[in-house]
Amino acid sequence: MVESGRKLTFAAHAALILGVAAMVLPVWLAFVASTHPGTDFLTGRIGFLPGAALIANYKEALFTGSSVSGFPPVGPMLWNSFVMAMAIAIGKIAISLLSAFAICYFRFPFRVTAFWLIFITLMLPVEVRILPTFEVVANLGMLNSYSGLAIPLIASATATFLFRQVFMTIPDELTEAARIDGAGPLRFFWSILMPLSRTNIAALFVILFIYGWNQYLWPLLVTTDQSYYTIVMGIQRLAAAAAEADPVWHLVMTTTILAMLPPVVVVIAMQRLFVKGLVETEK
Amino acid sequence: MQAKRVTFGGGIVPYLLLAPQLAITIIFFLWPAGQALYTSLFAEDAFGLSRQFVGLANFVALFEDPSYRSSFAITVVFSASVAAISLGLGLLFALAADKVGRKAMVYQTLLIWPYAVAPAVAAILWWFMFDPSVGVVARGLRAIGIYWNHHLNGTDALIMVILAASWKQVSYNFLFFLAGLQAIPRTLVEAAALDGAGPWLRFRKIVWPLLAPTTFFLLVVNIVYAFFDTFGIIHATTGGGPGQSTTILVYKVFKDGFESLNLGASAAQSVVLLVIVIGLTALQFRHIERKVHY
Repeated sequence: MVESGRKLTFAAHAALILGVAAMVLPVWLAFVASTHPGTDFLTGRIGFLPGAALIANYKEALFTGSSVSGFPPVGPMLWNSFVMAMAIAIGKIAISLLSAFAICYFRFPFRVTAFWLIFITLMLPVEVRILPTFEVVANLGMLNSYSGLAIPLIASATATFLFRQVFMTIPDELTEAARIDGAGPLRFFWSILMPLSRTNIAALFVILFIYGWNQYLWPLLVTTDQSYYTIVMGIQRLAAAAAEADPVWHLVMTTTILAMLPPVVVVIAMQRLFVKGLVETEK
Repeated sequence: MQAKRVTFGGGIVPYLLLAPQLAITIIFFLWPAGQALYTSLFAEDAFGLSRQFVGLANFVALFEDPSYRSSFAITVVFSASVAAISLGLGLLFALAADKVGRKAMVYQTLLIWPYAVAPAVAAILWWFMFDPSVGVVARGLRAIGIYWNHHLNGTDALIMVILAASWKQVSYNFLFFLAGLQAIPRTLVEAAALDGAGPWLRFRKIVWPLLAPTTFFLLVVNIVYAFFDTFGIIHATTGGGPGQSTTILVYKVFKDGFESLNLGASAAQSVVLLVIVIGLTALQFRHIERKVHY
């Protein structure tokens, strides 16, 4: 065994505790701010301890919004974010499963071409093609709609590669046995491949849900109608009002906490799947 | 690229299976990217009525533009700082967690959740802490004589966005470094310890070299993150200011395209970003190659 090194172990614990504190502090301060009434911010009374306005603030943010800056309630934004995140996660998984199946289990002309076309999407993040993609979506009449929020984002080279990897580890004997028993390709896909890829699908789902929930630039581009705002991009409108010295800091911080709660809960509750998904997709 | 040894006949079936993925790829990825390439070679008049082929003039103008060059420089400083801070801290915490052994899992839970926080949301957290009138940290700094104001001071604003971007990324690096450390055979480290190598020497001669592939992979991932995923951080807080001090490239391409409606310049900027992504992806390729077997 390596020397026990009391001092070193102590230093390690100290570093980790400091690290955890640095991770938690910003969120704790935001939580504290979300429990103080708006007027406390003007007098600079916000410190490290929660105030008494927790319920009032969350109610106001979720259902009323800010009358001062004309900001809508965030309840519907949470719903929009949820719909978008689910649509992106399920959509990416579905179309990637199908294309990985096609690429692994069929021989056909242009198979390698198809693979490369999918591969290229890795090199084309939204940021690189902002204006023309916006134009395409506008021309298709998909602005201010759930389909516009989700569909353009569901192509996925990463997910396709991941499922291809999974399929390649499935023994050929299974395929042969299925064929002898008279199963067609779709039957084989549904009854054998899908159940065998279950944990991979679940792990990927966790990662993609977070990816979808945290989208910012794309919802900003395709939504002008407040009823399609997602919560992550909606915060910016509110923060802009707070910077103009409107007394809405308490709502900004309440909204911030609400925006991060769902994905953080998902990561903590499904930690093992999350770690598996992250390591597997490592682009 | 290999397929399975046992395959299905299929005829039209594989094309139908691929259709959704390929349709989205072509409509929302390839076509717009082609448009960006095409537009970058043209100049449009102020009303968008006529366009004229100008070759590479948009690119020349772009690199002669002092505001673009300063944006480039800011992006380099921003990305290098974010990568250095988040890799450094990620490695430090991973080494510490590896050292404490079985209790590492508890720390892992407590350290990984910031990954789930959106960059824009992380930025708001830091923006609030440092706010000169209501932020706790700004108040603390004032008590020791530092007058922090990211609304007026460009350096303060840049430091603030760097901290916010790094804060969110540490957990990712931590997780991969920890996995990398746990994959190093104990026997190697123990043998070195028996030969009298202290912790620092063991780290330098054994752990660091064996961790090199992980470090390289993370370096590329972090640069990609700092270049492309940080749009929300800037847009939600500083808006590129004060002045130009936090206008990173992805923010500038958005601003010039959507707010100033300077299409040729915006398209040229898109193409420059595209070249950067292709370069970074090629670097990352070594890693993907292992997984994909062409």
